[in-house]
Amino acid sequence: MSFWFWRGLQKGVHSTSYPRNPELAAGVTPGRPVATQFSSAQDAALAAQVCPVGAITTQGNSARVNLELCIHCQRCHFGNVPLMNWRSDYEWTTIPATKHKYEPLPQAYKRSLHIIVVDAGDCGACLHEVKQLNNPFYNMHRLGLFFTATPRTADVLLVVGPVTENMRVPLLKSYEAMPSPKRVLAVGACAVSGGIFGQSFVSAGGVSSILPVDLDIPGDPPPPLAILHGLLAVTGRKEPIDHEATAERGA
Amino acid sequence: MVATPSPLAARKKVQIEEIAGGVRDRFGPNVLLSPGQGGVTLSISLLEPTTLPPISKMLFWEMGCSFGGIIAEEIQGNWRLSYLFLSSGCGWTEVLVEAPSTTSAFPSISAEVHAADWHEREIEDLFGLRFEGHPRLGDFVLHDQTWPEGVAPHRKLQRKTMDPHRDRLRHRPNPEWRPLLVVQDPGAFAMPVGPVYEGGLGQSVHFLLETVGEDVVRSVPRLFYNFRAVEKIAEGQPVSRALLLAERFAATSSFAHSLAFCFAVERMSGTQVPVRAQNLRILLCELERLRHHAGAITGICESTALSVAASQAAIIEERLLRASCQFSGHRYLFGLNTPGGLRRDFSAESCGELLRAIDRAAAELHTLEDGLYLTSSFLDRLEDVGIVDPEKARDLNFVGPVGRASGQAGDLRRDCPYTGYETYQFRVPQALEGDGYARLRVLFQEAYQSAQLIHQVAKRLEPETISVHCEPPAHGLAFGWAEAPIGGALHWLRLDGSGLVERYRIITASFNNWLGFRVAVEDFAFQDFPIILASFGLSATECDR
Repeated sequence: MSFWFWRGLQKGVHSTSYPRNPELAAGVTPGRPVATQFSSAQDAALAAQVCPVGAITTQGNSARVNLELCIHCQRCHFGNVPLMNWRSDYEWTTIPATKHKYEPLPQAYKRSLHIIVVDAGDCGACLHEVKQLNNPFYNMHRLGLFFTATPRTADVLLVVGPVTENMRVPLLKSYEAMPSPKRVLAVGACAVSGGIFGQSFVSAGGVSSILPVDLDIPGDPPPPLAILHGLLAVTGRKEPIDHEATAERGA
Repeated sequence: MVATPSPLAARKKVQIEEIAGGVRDRFGPNVLLSPGQGGVTLSISLLEPTTLPPISKMLFWEMGCSFGGIIAEEIQGNWRLSYLFLSSGCGWTEVLVEAPSTTSAFPSISAEVHAADWHEREIEDLFGLRFEGHPRLGDFVLHDQTWPEGVAPHRKLQRKTMDPHRDRLRHRPNPEWRPLLVVQDPGAFAMPVGPVYEGGLGQSVHFLLETVGEDVVRSVPRLFYNFRAVEKIAEGQPVSRALLLAERFAATSSFAHSLAFCFAVERMSGTQVPVRAQNLRILLCELERLRHHAGAITGICESTALSVAASQAAIIEERLLRASCQFSGHRYLFGLNTPGGLRRDFSAESCGELLRAIDRAAAELHTLEDGLYLTSSFLDRLEDVGIVDPEKARDLNFVGPVGRASGQAGDLRRDCPYTGYETYQFRVPQALEGDGYARLRVLFQEAYQSAQLIHQVAKRLEPETISVHCEPPAHGLAFGWAEAPIGGALHWLRLDGSGLVERYRIITASFNNWLGFRVAVEDFAFQDFPIILASFGLSATECDR
């Protein structure tokens, strides 16, 4: 087996230095639309109109974005209409609108956080991006983050997908099997707000209608670094952000 | 390495006249033949539903057609069941059965065409239609432990009466429900896997592995945990909204699915897409295939616990995801397709950058492949494991790379060319062994073919407009197809007269291949199960919709 040992060494280290330094490589994030000033109220209204999920609201010349609804359809990113400003950051984790503050898990969890993922009707993208956290680029083990085989040993529940009718019971069972203290993270637009699937006879329209959600990671799908930011926020190693405040600073 | 198909696996090439002639000779007074509409070459209307099983048998077994799927529709108080068959080189044949909506049963064809089994079960669950002669109906899409009997959510009348909130609360889990176990030997037991397993990193599928000890004797995958009723929630929506659903119901092949959807709309409105957009669509399709296959290879390496190789494959995959994002603005190529072309153009520089990323990925895949073939402990886990022989693959109508590893040559890019694939040079890799090793080889070969196709496209890109205006007609019926990374996808679309979707049907390769997955698992040891699962690389969410 020395063959693969050498192969591995030859390849060198690829891990990002995030969270110590920001990751600047191209293509790690699709970016997000942020609050934009237009030259006229008409332009702002046109920019808001292209959004199929109503994530853009206008006030006079300015348009604001509710990232929790955004499905990254790129309609406001390129095309023949007045376009929103996009910012390529990835620290998107936020506290759900219904909650006022987030209580991080205690100190003891900081370097040993065990994670279970439940695919509750995901399209495959969010789950795939969660999986990427284990690849050499993101290498979440170095931060003391681990996927665990069963909810009974998990501290954090990552839910992807809008919660389908057939997954409702498995999701509830997984949550109930977890020991306290525990945190629930909604990953991706579908888990946060129902996304394009919304609420229907087979979809609960987001995790919060089934379980108490502690943190939202918006994006369709959120890139691995956005999920990493969310996992670091669970134990208070990063702060959840207020989208509107950071958007205004960036715009 | 890549064998030519044996006579056994080769499908007969027939002309459409031959099919029409054969059908007319045998079923003359019972059928009406007409040129099909909306992408169908030949439409065979049955005057008597009882003709259905023999005609299906003839098309599938004698005419060498492969089975596309069943599309059930309720049109103005009538049932319209359309059975699609594809014959290589001459397009789609449709067998059409119409009956008043008071009809509650149709003859089953799954005894003749095994591949129709799940299609019939799905229609029974969603439309409440029975298929006489089908051995096992019920408990399929709507799980019996969650849903009451007789819901039939896809029926037209359900549109008005279904209150999402109230109906959802009405379903109470049934604690008495137990799965059907078949193996009855002394000491037989069933090992349940899923729907939350591998730390939840596996997709939501439940496997019931029945055994008497070491080997899996019987396995039944229970799917549809991710059932989001995409076909139903698209109804009554404008085409632009349905496009978002087409793109998002299975994100690992989102470009191919949105492309198939756009074809349906373009066919309906008679839009001719600019050549530049056609070429770029091929480029993006192949980029998606290359990235998907790198991911599938990562999965196979992971399943055999060869961590270094898995990491190296994961590096290739992540680089391709980043290259996709840099090129198109989205890691999974969302938001690019639109009826009439593409939503954005790409500069020559960004194409050049993409080509460099593709070259690098292809070179690294070659190195990885060479390394893997030198690792006997790895090959031992794949060779002669999870075998689907060509006869079974034909019987169960396997498609995509899994089918091609079992001698099934089908590939829509070549059999039914779209968006200009007929003008490109590429090989469709095949193998006959049908084991995990054959599937791995096919994945590697296809990835190289994709890389060289991207190069061919890049040479042909001329400056031109990237899209034309495509206004969907108020009323129409058409279907589009595309070879997604996992296999062929069909999107069937009917608009209701005011430009809104009346019926949207998606038939995916995963739906096809999950049906036959049990063949590969049965009679192999437990420890082979994750490897077989990875080598199939199927998507549950693409199957569930």
